[in-house]
Amino acid sequence: MSEERHPLDHLLRADRLPHIWCPGCGIGIAMRCLVLALEELRIPLDRTVVVSGIGCSARVAGYVRLDGFHTTHGRAIPFATGLKLANPDLTVIVFSGDGDLAAIGGNHLIHAARRNVDLTVICVNNFIYGMTGGQSGPTTPLAARSTTTPYGNFEPPFNLPALVAASGAVYVARWTVFHVRRLITALQEAITKRGFSFVEILSPCPTGYLRRNKLGDALDMMRVFKTQSEIRHGAPPAEVGIELGKKLILGKFVDLERPTYHERMRKQLAAFFIEPYVEKVSEEVEAEEVES
Amino acid sequence: MKRGPAVLTGVHFINGDVACAEGALAAGCRFFAGYPITPATEIAERMAERLPEVGGTFIQMEDEIASISAVLGASWAGVKAMTATSGPGFSLMMENLGFGYMTETPCVIVNVQRGGPSTGLPTLVGQGDMMQARWGSHGDYETIALAPSSAQEMFDLTIAAFNLSEKYRLPVLIMSDAVIGHITERVIIPPEEEIPIVNRKRFTGPRETYLPYLPEDDLVPPMVAAGEGYRVYITGLTHDERGYPSTSPDAQERLVRRLAEKVRRNARDIIRLEERGMEDADVVLVAYGISARVAYRAMELARAAGRRVGWLRLITVWPFPEERLRELAARVRAFIVPELNLGQIAREVERCAAGRALTIPVLRPGGAVHDPREILAAIEEASHV
Repeated sequence: MSEERHPLDHLLRADRLPHIWCPGCGIGIAMRCLVLALEELRIPLDRTVVVSGIGCSARVAGYVRLDGFHTTHGRAIPFATGLKLANPDLTVIVFSGDGDLAAIGGNHLIHAARRNVDLTVICVNNFIYGMTGGQSGPTTPLAARSTTTPYGNFEPPFNLPALVAASGAVYVARWTVFHVRRLITALQEAITKRGFSFVEILSPCPTGYLRRNKLGDALDMMRVFKTQSEIRHGAPPAEVGIELGKKLILGKFVDLERPTYHERMRKQLAAFFIEPYVEKVSEEVEAEEVES
Repeated sequence: MKRGPAVLTGVHFINGDVACAEGALAAGCRFFAGYPITPATEIAERMAERLPEVGGTFIQMEDEIASISAVLGASWAGVKAMTATSGPGFSLMMENLGFGYMTETPCVIVNVQRGGPSTGLPTLVGQGDMMQARWGSHGDYETIALAPSSAQEMFDLTIAAFNLSEKYRLPVLIMSDAVIGHITERVIIPPEEEIPIVNRKRFTGPRETYLPYLPEDDLVPPMVAAGEGYRVYITGLTHDERGYPSTSPDAQERLVRRLAEKVRRNARDIIRLEERGMEDADVVLVAYGISARVAYRAMELARAAGRRVGWLRLITVWPFPEERLRELAARVRAFIVPELNLGQIAREVERCAAGRALTIPVLRPGGAVHDPREILAAIEEASHV
């Protein structure tokens, strides 16, 4: 009997299975969407890097068969900034969770957006700290129960699309793990977009969030994603905050052109230097065929 | 303006911070991420001006945590990278410094020490971060730390730091101080071809055979860079030779022991000392950084008064030169350790002396350097024990 191979095996580290995620967790779907998006994009995968911080979502960097960096809590974005600046030929994708990117790493998130470094930040938002067992985070809805808000959360959550849009992101979208086709398209747009792009992916955490809030199981959450969401492309980011009992606004909220960090840097330095500054793009890169 | 040369061969009159930046450029550093902080800011300013001239990248980050993170990322892109800071920023860097040791990422971190704790004395000298350099990040690890005593050494030791970091694949610390950072002195930059440069061992074999954490005989694994097609997975979790996370005590044992052993076993190659008057010494001054220069004057005064005093300057502070201190402890009466803290390296000296020789710390918590006469008084005290 020949060994069965999954068509995406070449993009996944099958030798690292089983993964750590709980039954019903949405991160696996989000990872699959990323992998499918990359496969269809046909970009040079040898130069595509996934950087993560700490948490359940951050484990993706170690499951995809790409250069992967599982860095410290909150620091995926500055690490990715170093990678991208030192080698602009790399396609650098940050894949992490809402706590990692918006709480401990929140300052880096807004500054990377301000600089418009050519990064793609994919943020799985499951409304909770999953890996540590269900503590409230910067995206936990008001009144929600968590192990650290046993009487209900009274801190208002971040509206992440508004936060990054206000900070200067050139591409901002939100989808859920139910909307896989639209999500894949959004990821492709974000990855090919020059500048700082941000995709928020709403995802169920049955263990840490749903159970404690009596919201049913993962399937019930998927039903919510299906029935309680409204796609409003171009919606003003300030109006897409998530509130319990209200429609989840999904779609592409921002897609605009703004010079990237590298473009501004090159232009600025060109006034001072006769020779072009940091032209690391090698002949090899220009000539290279897209990886099959 | 044309691009400038990376190595400014010639005789210069520059401060220690500027010399440090020039040393980095001469060593091949092409990436700097930093955040302004007295008294290290001039390093960032010089790098901001010079890196674009040599095709490198300077970025001012939003804080010191981001700075060291970007430096680690740049190193994994295959570029020699550095950051520079002082006490408060050094504290912020501690977690990611540990990530650097765990993932074996070559880079250089400069700490131009000022008086602490906390905001302390931003503009004034201190040497209070010496133990933080050794133990500051959580968990067990060995580090390499160098302590320059002149503007010239800010240049020389920055090159040495890059070479050691590339050779042994770890963050190397330059533990300078506010006086050495700001002192303006003659600095001689040699011709480029006379500067020895070490580059990290690279793996160039087939992808299937590459194990990112399989060490060679020197306990250092060859490295690749992101984007070279090796598809590496690098994590701060305890990992096996493949780089894959492991929760087994055996993997922990092998990895953490190796990280320490690659420094310990190569201590002789790493450690540099400077000694004077050791032939007939019965009292030895042990000092580093600016304090070593003050101690040198104290030795001169004591010698003029007929005291048999030796002077041992720690150029390498970590790993600590235990072997040499133990040798000396067997034949000298006392060690005198002047430092600008409340007794950090003095503890190491005392540990190595192990009761065979007396250890007399001469301590100031920073703010000013010693008066050589304070050290002289300790020499007199030791001579009458």
